[in-house]
Amino acid sequence: MNVFGIRTERRTVWLTASLLALAAGLGLLGLCYGATWSGPGEVLAALTGTERSVVISEWRLPRVLAGVVFGAALGVAGAVFQNLTRNPMGSPDVIGLDAGAYTGALFAITVLSGTSGQLATGSVVGGLLVSAVIYLLSFDRGFSGLRLVVIGIAVNAMVTAINSWIVLRAELEVAIAAVGWSAGSLNGVGWADLRIPFSVIAVLLALMACRAHAVQQAALGDAIAVTTGVGLGRLRLLMVLVGVGCTATVTAVAGPIAFIALAAPQIGRRLAGAAGVPLLPAALTGAVLLQGADLLAQMLLAPAALPVGVVSTAIGGCYLIWLLTKEVGRA
Amino acid sequence: MTARLTARDITLRYGDRVVSTRLGLDVPDRAFTAVVGPNACGKSTLLRAFVRLLRPAEGRVELDGREVAGYPHKALARELGFLPQDPLAPEDIRVRQLVGRGRFPHQSLVAAWSPRDEEAVTSAMASAGVADLADRLVHELSGGQRQRVWMAMVLAQQTPYLLLDEPTSFLDITHQYQLLALLTRLRDEGRTVIAVLHDINQACRFADHLVAMKDGRVVAEGVPADVVDAGLIKDVFDLPSVIVPDPVTGTPMVVPTLQGA
Ligand SMILES: Nc1ncnc2c1ncn2[C@@H]1O[C@H](COP(=O)(O)OP(=O)(O)OP(=O)(O)O)[C@@H](O)[C@H]1O
Ligand SMILES: [Mg+2]
Repeated sequence: MNVFGIRTERRTVWLTASLLALAAGLGLLGLCYGATWSGPGEVLAALTGTERSVVISEWRLPRVLAGVVFGAALGVAGAVFQNLTRNPMGSPDVIGLDAGAYTGALFAITVLSGTSGQLATGSVVGGLLVSAVIYLLSFDRGFSGLRLVVIGIAVNAMVTAINSWIVLRAELEVAIAAVGWSAGSLNGVGWADLRIPFSVIAVLLALMACRAHAVQQAALGDAIAVTTGVGLGRLRLLMVLVGVGCTATVTAVAGPIAFIALAAPQIGRRLAGAAGVPLLPAALTGAVLLQGADLLAQMLLAPAALPVGVVSTAIGGCYLIWLLTKEVGRA
Repeated sequence: MTARLTARDITLRYGDRVVSTRLGLDVPDRAFTAVVGPNACGKSTLLRAFVRLLRPAEGRVELDGREVAGYPHKALARELGFLPQDPLAPEDIRVRQLVGRGRFPHQSLVAAWSPRDEEAVTSAMASAGVADLADRLVHELSGGQRQRVWMAMVLAQQTPYLLLDEPTSFLDITHQYQLLALLTRLRDEGRTVIAVLHDINQACRFADHLVAMKDGRVVAEGVPADVVDAGLIKDVFDLPSVIVPDPVTGTPMVVPTLQGA
């Protein structure tokens, strides 16, 4: 089968179909689940408009779509940075881009008036600033993925400390809002919060999809990538923009949801049995992971809803420990 | 002798470490050029400049009178194929997939993987002797097998130019000679080959044009029989030797006079 000049293997097609089905299933479950259970028939009726249900189409649907779309965006952001750093730990949440975007968002709420436009801009600027800082600190006559990751982990710790400090200094009600959000949460997400983020993510993912073939080629190393015709400079710039853009957009709405970006690309890669860190499996795995984690977050202590970031951190933390021991063993 | 690919007075350096100053070299068309010289004399650096992995600090590298840096990425990649000295494959890639990556410059966003790509990959694998490895994982191959797989990837690129940095370094003696014979066949089909070789006797036997380098300079170039003598070997490699005719081809053969104690 041929897609965009890439030979697609049967396994990839299978995997794509299965993950899509799984995401749809989890999405449906998300539409059914809530304070009161709605049967799939009820949900379908509400979706097709034959029966009006505010709970399903105004409360649950935006949340479910946010879980799926944000999950895909985080998965792609993770895959993009893991490709750039050639390191499975080089994902935006580990190297501090989430934390940086959150700083920008906090600045927007505590210092400015905190409109959604300011939040979005603040997050993007914060994410870009942190990536610039990491890049400058780790660029020493050449580019090393591992050095970048180690410096990123340190930067992440520092930026997280700054975030706590901002929250401590903020007025009470702002601080409470900021803390609830600091774990990363989809609680109370509505249509009004999603229109712009969805459009931004759609554009970024479309841009990346057009260059997916080149990203794959770049995994062969700089020398071969250049001599087989990849414009590496421009590709890297685009990748940083897409990675930071996706991370910051999600953070502006849902706060820093950790570990999806870290785990999804690697799980997707193993499932696909593919070389390098492919983007499509990362996106689909991210969608499944985040939507699944959000369901768990709603069910675990029901009727109280946990922030999804708590669940993803708990699951992802174990994964990170395993990954670290493996990486250290290899080094 | 005509030369589409030329280096004009190029200065090459990494940061403040200058490797070559004002080096000029014409690469003869449709010929097999071998580059020889001691370690660290700048052979790889020169090849990297030709394929624009390294931008000259001064001077120009030109293909058909146009600076290589000015070519669109894929257009240049359809002209110049390059085998680095130590390429590193991504994890979990299979031989056929890796060889297929050589087709990248021939593909566009909309043009799907074509029968021509398939054909190029199959014939490249056959030429490099890796057809029987097609479904193996690259990181599970031996060093020599892996080197032949990379060679196949460059062949699949189907470029008029092949710039090869030590293509025989990991190969056993039979595969070395097979590869060199393959390169001369490609030359006969009209391709231009430039290879860095460490075995000067092989270079003399197979190359049409020999370039001897030392300390970033080209100290001698020309038909091997015209340029290789004991003086040159002493000068370039600091090795005392006698030169005898190769009993098979009559080309110069360097026999070092150093002996074990
Ligand atoms: N990336 C780099 N950064 C800094 N210096 C470099 C770099 N690559 C090579 N050099 C230096 O440039 C000089 C020429 O290196 P080059 O790799 O061209 O040598 P070579 O002739 O190919 O040697 P060999 O036979 O060992 O492959 C050496 O002194 C080397 O240390
Ligand atoms: Mg070299």
